Amino acid sequence: MPRVIFTPNLRRHVSAPPSQVSGKTVRAVLEAVFKRNPKLQSYILDDQGRLRQHVVVFVDGELIQDRVGLSDAVEETAEIFVMQALSGG
Amino acid sequence: MNDRLFVATRKGLFTVARSGDSKRWGVSRAAFLGDRVSMVFPDPRDGTVYAALALDHFGVKLHRSFDGGETWEEVTAPSYPKQPQSENQQEGAIASEDSVIQIWCLEAAGVDEAGTLWAGTIPGGLFRSRDKGSSWELIHSLWDRPEREKWFGGGYDHPGIHSTCVDPRDSRHVTVGVSCGGVWVTFDGGDSWQCRAEGMHAEYMPREQQGDCWIQDPHRVVQCPSSPDVLWAQHHNGVFRTTDGAKSWQEILTVKPSVFGFAVAVHPKDPDTAWFVPGVKDECRIPVNAQVVVARTRDGGQSFEVLRQGLPQEHAYDLVYRHGLEVDSSGDQLAMGSTTGSLWISENGGDSWKHISTHLPPIYCVRFV
Repeated sequence: MPRVIFTPNLRRHVSAPPSQVSGKTVRAVLEAVFKRNPKLQSYILDDQGRLRQHVVVFVDGELIQDRVGLSDAVEETAEIFVMQALSGG
Repeated sequence: MNDRLFVATRKGLFTVARSGDSKRWGVSRAAFLGDRVSMVFPDPRDGTVYAALALDHFGVKLHRSFDGGETWEEVTAPSYPKQPQSENQQEGAIASEDSVIQIWCLEAAGVDEAGTLWAGTIPGGLFRSRDKGSSWELIHSLWDRPEREKWFGGGYDHPGIHSTCVDPRDSRHVTVGVSCGGVWVTFDGGDSWQCRAEGMHAEYMPREQQGDCWIQDPHRVVQCPSSPDVLWAQHHNGVFRTTDGAKSWQEILTVKPSVFGFAVAVHPKDPDTAWFVPGVKDECRIPVNAQVVVARTRDGGQSFEVLRQGLPQEHAYDLVYRHGLEVDSSGDQLAMGSTTGSLWISENGGDSWKHISTHLPPIYCVRFV
């Protein structure tokens, strides 16, 4: 199953431990995480379910392309990093 | 007089209180250090304190405290309902008008509406909670007004609601200030709205639109609790006052040393007494002559005194934002916080001021408890 790791900078706001969940797209994987940990969602996605402006997601080291639909494909062995972007200050 | 206040800043929430034998004011507690606290609201009805965060990376959050700010719990922040797939959701889109960017005001609904709150946000949504912030509803009756399409941002990229005044005689009568979107009034608890900015004018618009209600930029609107038909507005183009519940506004031209500013406070028992913090318009936004002063009227705006005792008078570049000036329930005590982290308190209606700190982060809001 894909493994999701969140920036440690989230820890002072909300619990965000590494998770191993199933899913074939970034959205499917993140939704599986949020199902376990609903509070985390609003830290990563905006009101419309888009990636927040100053959050970035890497799949196996590659920046995802679809920040709106989160449709980037995820392999069974993928590592997904959810980071804060430097653009946010 | 109140002996405690909350100070919301760019880098945290501070409790400032009198303490010790000398009863001197000082910072007694810090919370949310490093985080942008866009608004704080201590609810006088039940003592609950609310703190709104605007995290640079992780969005808008709302916390509440039942023990005066000692401990906090995160609750649901206002958010916009899911929209159908639209242009805003195209690839590359960024947070825009369908996602809350900042909670700009938090206020109690009526004393007869325990636990009910109003929240004004950027980009321009008004929200209501009936359960102390556990859940929120967007007020569609205002959001769906066709005039909202003509609102625009002032200082921010998007318009925002910064003032919510609840009539103490009737909780269903609420007046809302929007930058830039005018003044809106409901008499039925938010079911329907009227734009009421007759008499305001906007020099920043083409001549034929300068009097339009829905493009006015009232930087802050406050209501006198003992005379609720009297409201004061510090507008982008000057100071305005109404004595008929916002049916008509009169421009006050006598403010010294300038008519530009952001903050206004009105005396809780005397509708003719109000305070302003003048600055240099438009985008310059520094004190006139680099001297921090407070302008006070005690005669409904016919004349103003310029109060400067205890305030810096040389090379001072403090700006006081919309919610950076507050008067307490006695009407004698004021607090004022600036963009350069200065905090002052006056215990004599503004005649003189004491410096509490010069080293706080940029201050957004001061509120007595």
